Amino acid sequence: MRRMTGRGWPWGMLVGVLLVVPSSARSDTPDHVHWSFRPILRPSVPPVQRDMWGREPIDFFVLRRLQREGLVPSPMARRETLIRRVTLDLTGMPPSNPEITAFLQNTRPTAYEEVVDRLLASPHYGERWARVWLDVAHYADSDGYLTDQLRPVAWRFRQWVVDALNQDMRFDQFTIEQLAGDLLPDATTEQKIATGFLRQTLSNREGGADVEEFRVNQVKDRISTVGTVWLGLTVACSECHDHKYDPISQREFFELYAFFNTASEVNIDAPLAGELEPYLRAKPTYDQQRRALIDPQRTPISRLQRRWEQRLLEADGNPGQDYQWDRNWEILGLIWGGGFGEGQLEGQEIVKLAPALRTPTQRARIFEYFLRFGAETDRAQFEELGLSEIKSAIDALNAELPKLSRAAVMCETPHARTTFIQHGGVYNNPGEPVEPNTPRVLPALPENAERNRLALARWLVTRENPLTARVTINRLWQEFFGRGFVLTSDDFGARGEQPSHPGLMDWLASEFVEREWSVKRLQRQVVCASVYRQSSRERVELQTRDPDNVLLARQASLRLSAEAVRDSALAVSGLLVRRIGGPSVRPPQSAAVVMGGFGDSGWQAADGEDRYRRALYTFIKRSTPFPELVTFDAPNTRESCTRRERSNTPLQALTLLNAPFFQEASQQLAMRTLLRTAGESLALPGEPRPAGLSRRIDLGFRICLGRYPNSQEKQLLLACYQRLREVVARTPQTAQQVMPDRLPNVDRRDAAAWVGVCSVLLNLHEFITRN
Amino acid sequence: MDFDLVTRLQRRRRFLGGCTYGLGAIALSNLIATDGPAQAATQRSPHHRPRARRVIFLNMSGGPSQLDLFDPKPVLRKWHGHRVPDSFLEGLADPVIKGGATVMATPRQFTRHGASGLEFSDRLPQLGRLADDICMFRAMVTDTANHHPGQLLLNCGTPMFGHPSMGAWVNYGLGSESQNMPGFVVLMSYSKPASLVGPSLWTNGFLPSSYRGVAFRSQGDPILHLANPRGVSTRYQRAKLDTLGQLNTLRFGETQDREITARIEAYELAYRMQAEAPDLLDFSDESADTLERYGIDQETTRWYGTNCLLARRMIERGVRFVELFHSDWDHHLDLDKLLKVECAITDLPAAALLTDLKQRGLLEDTLVIWGGEFGRTPMNEVRRGNSPGHQGRDHHPYSFTLLMAGGGIRGGQVIGETDELGYHGVQDRTHVHDIQATILHCLGLNHTRLTYRHQGRDFRLTDVGGTVVSKALL
Repeated sequence: MRRMTGRGWPWGMLVGVLLVVPSSARSDTPDHVHWSFRPILRPSVPPVQRDMWGREPIDFFVLRRLQREGLVPSPMARRETLIRRVTLDLTGMPPSNPEITAFLQNTRPTAYEEVVDRLLASPHYGERWARVWLDVAHYADSDGYLTDQLRPVAWRFRQWVVDALNQDMRFDQFTIEQLAGDLLPDATTEQKIATGFLRQTLSNREGGADVEEFRVNQVKDRISTVGTVWLGLTVACSECHDHKYDPISQREFFELYAFFNTASEVNIDAPLAGELEPYLRAKPTYDQQRRALIDPQRTPISRLQRRWEQRLLEADGNPGQDYQWDRNWEILGLIWGGGFGEGQLEGQEIVKLAPALRTPTQRARIFEYFLRFGAETDRAQFEELGLSEIKSAIDALNAELPKLSRAAVMCETPHARTTFIQHGGVYNNPGEPVEPNTPRVLPALPENAERNRLALARWLVTRENPLTARVTINRLWQEFFGRGFVLTSDDFGARGEQPSHPGLMDWLASEFVEREWSVKRLQRQVVCASVYRQSSRERVELQTRDPDNVLLARQASLRLSAEAVRDSALAVSGLLVRRIGGPSVRPPQSAAVVMGGFGDSGWQAADGEDRYRRALYTFIKRSTPFPELVTFDAPNTRESCTRRERSNTPLQALTLLNAPFFQEASQQLAMRTLLRTAGESLALPGEPRPAGLSRRIDLGFRICLGRYPNSQEKQLLLACYQRLREVVARTPQTAQQVMPDRLPNVDRRDAAAWVGVCSVLLNLHEFITRN
Repeated sequence: MDFDLVTRLQRRRRFLGGCTYGLGAIALSNLIATDGPAQAATQRSPHHRPRARRVIFLNMSGGPSQLDLFDPKPVLRKWHGHRVPDSFLEGLADPVIKGGATVMATPRQFTRHGASGLEFSDRLPQLGRLADDICMFRAMVTDTANHHPGQLLLNCGTPMFGHPSMGAWVNYGLGSESQNMPGFVVLMSYSKPASLVGPSLWTNGFLPSSYRGVAFRSQGDPILHLANPRGVSTRYQRAKLDTLGQLNTLRFGETQDREITARIEAYELAYRMQAEAPDLLDFSDESADTLERYGIDQETTRWYGTNCLLARRMIERGVRFVELFHSDWDHHLDLDKLLKVECAITDLPAAALLTDLKQRGLLEDTLVIWGGEFGRTPMNEVRRGNSPGHQGRDHHPYSFTLLMAGGGIRGGQVIGETDELGYHGVQDRTHVHDIQATILHCLGLNHTRLTYRHQGRDFRLTDVGGTVVSKALL
């Protein structure tokens, strides 16, 4: 099999210790250095008794540990289980019946690897793994805080992630583009969109908020996220004081902070296919008409705008003199681009910029803001120049101009901004100035590197930094086994847990780096390994020896993620709309939720296809997150989440039993299975069980669970149908409510009873579990 | 405790799974319904005679300022604006405290209340009226000055993730009194969304899943999807549930996946909640006077008042542990102004809850706790040192105040005393673990005996610490 897959490991078995880092670094590492800061030394694959079980080097690491504990691994999972497991893990949806059948009938020794390769190439792969990345990025479609305005362009970043993952972008490049894509030479629009990673911080537009304070909070959130996601360190603990457990001083925190302190939020034109041409066609006329409105009075208008800007700048530079202008300045910073997902401070930054340095877009936008809010500068002159009328005319022109889609990105601010250590982490209590730098405990930045975000991003993915690869493969492993080698996947510091398989972890980390940071290749190695293919069945001896399955003597049974629960229901019912990408959608949700948020949450439920898109695309409003996802442990979007909970509550039961969405899925599954077996009569009470019902149960069961029911299960479902049919017979008027759609040749009461059986299938523990 | 229980139940399940598909569906569902660990646990007896049977924890997260609410320090006026004398800082490793902050006296007035003369600031006039029922722990101490570890320590006994929370431990120890509601319910409210650890604060940790706290929704309907889908009758739903239970049981026999047993119980509980919860949530049987006393008729107090009234209605229905999180008390700046907001939201409803419990005779065996993860510094945070009127205080783990009432607690007393700045406890210092030990004691549980074996070690809520504060007891 190894030869056939072309990914064998002869060299891995032969080469002993292969260093990922220069050997000098190794001798420099004193014994007291915490394990995670030590360089990654590629361990040799342990020599274990070659047996039939192990396939990949991964297996030998696991097996050696098991042998040391006197344990044996579990047998391979059944093929039906295996394809369901790997399909859910790689695409977030269950396999279809034809896919299962094809796999079961494929007798080639590479049948499983063929499935894996098909799944890795599926566009749904990117959707599934984007969700994991969006958790760590704490992506959302709104600002957060009290006013929680919408960010209608946020999805462009999500799309970038889906595409990058589908293309298997190298993880080092993936890192660099998200943290500093804008600083790459000749950065493309896509590379700039990647920096949307840094735009997932919350924005406070509540009146009275101090914009500088919240800017500082955003920078801190960025550091904290980068620290968690790439370094596995709780660097935020060093914000106010030296880290209590890890070797990160407050100074070092602010040195990291300095990398991001000079980054500004900006939204750019990021036209989608087909947008640019009509825009460019209309633009000359637009420009001409717009100029014609202003030209007759250009000089006095410019002069008045200049006065307006002067007043604002005075208020900024010397607050406390004029309350009204202090407030005007604050409002500019609070409301700029609100509801459009724009950076709040862009307006203030434009005003601070000398007019000659502004781009045409910046000039136009600040001018329009001035037309809207600048009358106070000199009301008489404002009126005399007819600026309100000009504003209306420009609005009308803007409405006519074909739109270009926008994207939220980062850029370097043109304004000087020195970073100071903040005493006690307090933003307006500056201490010593600091320069951008990386923590001393880790390898240094290259000496000649320009100290900017790009240098930091490149440093994160240098071979010398041992944390990025370890932390990343740990998170990936966690997705396949329910827990990482290091349980605290967000904390590799002194307070974090020790790795369960340090050798395997480092071996994988070095593989990852050696093999061009390919995530797909790494995942392929993992899912092809025997340890992944094991049965998840719990074994009595393991329940006491290893209740948390740390040693991996079996696979894990994992409840599906919130998104996979919804997507599975969509997929098996046939409701799923598989379209990839695009803006977020608003499936219907309970009125009790819509009313719950601050003000009007603007949840206009989608019609048609957008009701049935994958959960990845469901609009995430921070103040009123989608309840069915929250019930199944979707994370809060306030801060980076590297590890989700898997709870098991009665609220989940209520959702699956009663939520309109799941009832609709049951009805559709019922229809789908009825239509597929049309012409075969349904059972009537008291009659011998006809083949039609039996086949229908087989079909529905296999669609939902990927296997056929055993005889006991079949009996129970038949009995269930009979009982439901009797209940419906007593109140036939309810049949129409349970099954509103009429099917040819099907008695509605039969259909209503069958809906109940389908609902049972969707409520089974097995349906929402990956075994 | 008998940690083998689950395993034994599983063996029994395996037996059931192997042979019962032919039994009458209702009979089997009854077996399932009364056979879970949670139900079995109801047969457990406490270690000693309990004074309290249930707990309502008013968790004030963020760190309410004890110096502006409970611990008057007139001497601060003398020091106001000056650096803290070095003698207070000696030996402190925590750099948070070593900032250049200056002492800040409270602008609040303190008044003695009741026969006991307990002092409360003018921000909490309603709670003050219940002084004689309240035991005030004034020299509380915790191990950490950060929110998340602090909240975890207060709720789960350790600053680390993954350990069972108090509500889970209590249900594990005593079982649920309710067949129809979860034994541990979490309610939330806030004036601004704050840094709350989240579900780890009400997790079952390594205890069986059935002890996990169930968090009701904080806005809109507390529980969604209580009603059956259109056209689905109770009998129809029951037929589905019976089959579900049978199929899940069969599957458990196959896989031995312990989550399945929790899933079966969750479904049965969900079904019973469908019957019980609408009644719980429907306040129409409450008098207008009650609604008014809880402040449900007022915008400011509606949310918290609703949660407080829900808490009473839940314990009446046998819920063992109700935890109400209210945030945000993290007042680094604008402390006086923001404290006023939070107190206006919570004072009236919390006092109404205590009064109501008392009038109904429930306070006797219901333990009520009021407190957050730590306190606040005697110093101004210098956050906006140049803009007077916005002062706040930083996190302070060395001394803070927590209140307890009812359930075997002797009210009208202060336990613990802090130094003249309110910086350190100087007498009867009470660690968070001591409070946890005391809570368990009131419930009839010995905190050193309430253990659970996990990964080869016996764990307990109080880790390796905790002493029952006997002064606090009746």
